[in-house]
Amino acid sequence: MSELYERLRVLLRAGSPVALATVIEGEPIGAKLLVEPGAPPLGSLGHADLDRVVARDALGELAAGITSTRHYGRHGEARERDLAVFIEAFAPPPRMVIFGAVDFTAALARAAKLLGYHVTVCDARAVFATRSRFPMADEVVNDWPDRYLATVADELGTRDAVAVLTHDTKFDVPAISGAVATAVGYIGAMGSRTTHAKRVERLREAGLTDEQIERVHSPIGLDLGGRTPEETAISICAEIITLRTGRTGAPLGDTDGAIH
Amino acid sequence: MRELLEDLDRWRESGRRVALARVVATEGSSPRGAGAAMAVNESGEVIGSVSGGCVEGAVVGAALEVLEGKRPPGVITFGYSDDEAFSVGLTCGGTIHLFVEELDW
Repeated sequence: MSELYERLRVLLRAGSPVALATVIEGEPIGAKLLVEPGAPPLGSLGHADLDRVVARDALGELAAGITSTRHYGRHGEARERDLAVFIEAFAPPPRMVIFGAVDFTAALARAAKLLGYHVTVCDARAVFATRSRFPMADEVVNDWPDRYLATVADELGTRDAVAVLTHDTKFDVPAISGAVATAVGYIGAMGSRTTHAKRVERLREAGLTDEQIERVHSPIGLDLGGRTPEETAISICAEIITLRTGRTGAPLGDTDGAIH
Repeated sequence: MRELLEDLDRWRESGRRVALARVVATEGSSPRGAGAAMAVNESGEVIGSVSGGCVEGAVVGAALEVLEGKRPPGVITFGYSDDEAFSVGLTCGGTIHLFVEELDW
């Protein structure tokens, strides 16, 4: 096994960002360059100048989470097409942080794992937030939601999600307040319409602006009519997907246009 | 490719040769995007997928040809508009381009 494959394997296993560039047209066909942030690239596409240009492009694609094929001259010239290079970006998995260690949490954690999320379950109550109750989660944290969120605030971005399943104002308000202080892409909070109306009042009292409160999706999930923890988990994940894609969630049989 | 690692480790540990096929580009409607991957070992075992099941059979054939030295590594294309001698396309009408190579790196 080559050093390059071994390194790729280690980084993929760890969920670390890495890009793999492969010459797919032109010579040397199949040549590879492995690019990771903050480390010199491994391998070569046949010319040092080409390697330098591709490494730079690969880091850009990695940051944007884009996988694509680009064309270059033999020495990395941008406007030439001697070579086609496939740059596959392996961005770290998106994160889902679930607050509240309840039955709905276990179901949501399972569904989120299916979708490729790195899942954290957080609850301040040590008796509920245990590894054995959430073996499917990547991480079980025993802490107050706002305190935990403060520690990961810089890491949460548009691909990530926060689901607040506690429906207890004591925990909901700090969880939502903490979440709106981050750039997280999705914030959902469980509870009936009545619960949410009351929660909105508490959030206002806590000093949240209307704009911040509007970021909270509640009642959580799409209107699938499900009741069980598993059905609710699907409904929450479906809502997260529609928000990412900008689609309606309506049956495809009732709509026109491209499916994907 | 991430999802193939475990099986790839097993195959490589047992000394079997492996071909890797990765989607490098798609046009029109296609179920899996660039980066979707499948791997085939010399015994014909298959992991992963590159479409909704439409072209996998043909990819296995191409991958085995690469392992047997009958086909050089390169891009193969499936779709209704393709000129390749494959009698398969994507049911959904799109086109996919795959890079097939031996995983000997």
